[in-house]
Amino acid sequence: MKFGVVRFPGSCDEVDALMACRRFADADLLWHGDRDLSEVDAVVVPGGFSYGDYLRVGAIARFSPLMESVIEFARDGGPVLGICNGFQVLCEAGLLPGALLPNDSLRFVCRQVDVVVENPGTPFTRACEEDDVLSIPVKHTTGRYYAPPGTLPEEQIVLRYAPGQNPNGSMDDVAGVCNEQGNVMGLMPHPEHAVDPLTGSADGGRLFESLAMVPA
Amino acid sequence: MIRPKEGILDPQGQAVERALPALGFEGVQNVHVGRLIELDVDDASQVPQMCERLLANPLIEDYEVVELNGNGAA
Repeated sequence: MKFGVVRFPGSCDEVDALMACRRFADADLLWHGDRDLSEVDAVVVPGGFSYGDYLRVGAIARFSPLMESVIEFARDGGPVLGICNGFQVLCEAGLLPGALLPNDSLRFVCRQVDVVVENPGTPFTRACEEDDVLSIPVKHTTGRYYAPPGTLPEEQIVLRYAPGQNPNGSMDDVAGVCNEQGNVMGLMPHPEHAVDPLTGSADGGRLFESLAMVPA
Repeated sequence: MIRPKEGILDPQGQAVERALPALGFEGVQNVHVGRLIELDVDDASQVPQMCERLLANPLIEDYEVVELNGNGAA
């Protein structure tokens, strides 16, 4: 089983994501200008500031050559995980419902938060149980999740911030969502920064572990 | 012109709305902060499509196209 981790100009968490993936399977970086996904079984779109996040977060990255391939890969059922800026890119690409807006505080937030597993039935959470609490850091300025009323069924809410810990004003405490088919997921917290007890928590590893359990 | 959609929390607008009375400007309501994108185009009929596909995110933003003539006057 092999992960591909996308690198855009302006990505900054791709190496942490690569290292997190390598704890559980093979993994390589994918360059934004390439198109070939034939060697990978799952794609991670990491955090950062793709293409400078000009215009809107994720808006330009969505049109990169590699993202065209990622969209096709996702439509064919391939698992795709978007983290932070990657989540924003997947929303802009129309692979996930909703959008990310500036935090209600208008401030950058950087802190450890508890997130609750609401749906353990996805390829991203199958190593978890329902109501498991994962300690994972957030670090973002544009993380307030919003989906127009009636467009986000409850089963597509994969993770919620624990009560009282919503760091950004996200609707309904949503921290991570998946698409209708369940093969695309995005979340604002950074599981790749929580894979080693040395940095306080290894809970984020459960998402990569879950993905690695997908038959290659 | 691109603005946050009606009904979506606009903390930037709220911050400006709170700042104005502090300077003595009273009676200010419904402040919204958006973006202005200026472009020269050969065919203005394409601009709404540009807004739908890239310039705005219709889930969270409303846009309005204002056509100016060559010297910038409306």
